[in-house]
Amino acid sequence: MKPRLRCLLGTDQLTVTEIDALLTLARRMDPNRPPQLLRGKRVVLLFYEPSTRTRTSFEFAAKALGAATTLITATSSSIEKGESLIDTGWTVTSLGADAIVMRHPNSGAPYLLSRYIPVPVINAGDGLHQHPSQALLDALTITNHKKRLKGLRVVIVGDVFHSRVARSNAILLSKFGAEVIFCGPPDLVPDVSATIAPGVVACHDLDAALQGADVVMSLRIQKERLAGKQISLEDYIAKFQVTPQRMKLARPSAIVMHPGPIVRGLELANEVADGPQSCMHEQVANGVKTRMAILATVLKAAQ
Amino acid sequence: MKTNPNNPTLLIAGGRVIDPASRLDQELDVLLRDGRVAELVAPGTLKAHARETYNAKGCIVAPGFVDLHVHLREPGQSHKETIATGTAAAAAGGFTAVCAMPNTSPVNDSPEITRWMQAPERYALVRLFPIAAATVGSQGEKLTDFAALMKAGAVAVSDDGKPILDDKLMRDALRAGAQLNLPVVQHAEDSRLTAGCSMNQGPTSFRLGLRGMPNAAESDIVRRDIALAHADKAHIHVAHISTAEAMDAVRQAKKVGIRATAEVTPHHFTLIDENIGEFDTHYKMNPPLRSAADRDAMIAGIADGTIDAIATDHAPHAFHEKQVEFERAAFGIIGLETALPIALTVLHRHFKLPLWRIVELLSSNPARIFSLEGLGTLSPRAHADVTIFDPAKKWTYDASQSKSKSRNTPYDGWSFTGRVVATIVAGKIVYQG
Repeated sequence: MKPRLRCLLGTDQLTVTEIDALLTLARRMDPNRPPQLLRGKRVVLLFYEPSTRTRTSFEFAAKALGAATTLITATSSSIEKGESLIDTGWTVTSLGADAIVMRHPNSGAPYLLSRYIPVPVINAGDGLHQHPSQALLDALTITNHKKRLKGLRVVIVGDVFHSRVARSNAILLSKFGAEVIFCGPPDLVPDVSATIAPGVVACHDLDAALQGADVVMSLRIQKERLAGKQISLEDYIAKFQVTPQRMKLARPSAIVMHPGPIVRGLELANEVADGPQSCMHEQVANGVKTRMAILATVLKAAQ
Repeated sequence: MKTNPNNPTLLIAGGRVIDPASRLDQELDVLLRDGRVAELVAPGTLKAHARETYNAKGCIVAPGFVDLHVHLREPGQSHKETIATGTAAAAAGGFTAVCAMPNTSPVNDSPEITRWMQAPERYALVRLFPIAAATVGSQGEKLTDFAALMKAGAVAVSDDGKPILDDKLMRDALRAGAQLNLPVVQHAEDSRLTAGCSMNQGPTSFRLGLRGMPNAAESDIVRRDIALAHADKAHIHVAHISTAEAMDAVRQAKKVGIRATAEVTPHHFTLIDENIGEFDTHYKMNPPLRSAADRDAMIAGIADGTIDAIATDHAPHAFHEKQVEFERAAFGIIGLETALPIALTVLHRHFKLPLWRIVELLSSNPARIFSLEGLGTLSPRAHADVTIFDPAKKWTYDASQSKSKSRNTPYDGWSFTGRVVATIVAGKIVYQG
């Protein structure tokens, strides 16, 4: 028998079969008529970094399945008093947590925790590294429109270097045989980014990248991260903003995605963000279903 | 000749003596008397009486190993290591002399601290040579008093861990060093290019979402230091070299006769950045583990003589300083007990480097680089510092048994071929395996 999925740390650790099983379960999840799979379970949301949609959707997902949740943030807990991550993990475990959902500004933090504590750890975003539940909900969204991932041309445009969403998505999509094009200025899309998985390329010309695209995934641009880079804000908008004109280069059936939060007027033109090809609201809704499937799978495996 | 009763004679019998400094590689008995090497004779031919005999059959008898780069954490950080525990680990690794870096708390920038470290109350089990700070408080602003530090026992100066970036200050340090024949040791890292970085820059750092240090941060400084040393006929010693580009710079410098010497750590010729795996902080050090191409360049530099010495950069840290988020974890690993086993397993067994070259890298060369009188050789009248090792002994390293106070090593559970069996300092056995 295959080992059951005990923690969800990164998309690199998931097999195609495990991903398919999670997506199938997610499609069956209905937050309005939820199965009480996790009645009596305690899920701790350990958030060392601010988050709106990820935290809320994990919380709704856990509650929909009947679990109790509690939120621990860095500023309102012993973390602020200098408690180490391992000690915090043990404290939460001793209090009776059945699973820990964790967001952390340092890459790899959930991996450290999972090595030391006996309860499942679900990575809700670690530094620049991974955001596996986002990649899974994105895969759910894409497959709702495209039937299959194999052979799709997916353009991920924006600040790839600082994006855990880009890394998680590229690795997951590559496992299914999709073609992934990272696109942005060289500072934000270094050539080394193409080494992350087979079938990933780095491209610095958005018009070229969008030719024949099936999926256009836009990433947030943080203004402060352009500071000291070769490219100015105006230049970025001129060369890399996803506009209605540029979307004509993609397939007519192409969908537009964004993990949120959007910086309006920067990475995406409003007409695209709010246009008919945009799947952003669907992504957020799929987030709850996907996280229900993740919690159900991980906690079942932990039994 | 009279025998000192406190320092009885010791005969090391039946071993194969490798002493690169006197071009010796043959089976000889070695007689130690009064803390000195008395004579080397054909096996079994000693006429004089020895109070004690050590049977070294099947073993290599080498000059005591000298480690040019250790952190013993005293004064000020004795929760990580003390001079007593660190030198005990040194003895267990076959090192009879260690050179201790000044990044203690306070920084060793004064003759007082330099002397304090060498005081008998520190209970050093092997010889300890302080490397003093090159600038006051290692702040990179004002040079320390090299002459006074040297008089107090310092064998080199360095701001290890806080590289000297200012060109003029580095030139002044090299000039002052040249006047005294004192090596200036540089941890070559342009820290303006490495702020916030916790590993090597490359595909692995991108995949792990960690900021990476570029090779140029090391090689730019090495090239600058070599140019400055050349201009002033000074001695620059490149600490823990890790990049192919810096290796090339040292190779070229040596070709034209510049006094540039270089050490490499066992981890930089053995491990690569990919070994970090899933954020294992036992693979986090500075300079970081580099690419496979850089690791291969370290092997090539060892083989062609560009590298002068193997140094451990033994850097003990407590559990709570290492078992934290990767980016927050302290840099460095312990290395005194594993240096020889790694050198024998990787360089001798795998890359077929001759044993005499490994002995040279661990003893005669480092002793010569820092001008340590009477060390690094087994010629008569040299100090009776001897390392005896069994090059064929298979064993498994158990970090929990380390003599060091810390356990931060990636080699726990590794199997090696070759092990120290006895370490002798001034004619006394200080470690027996």
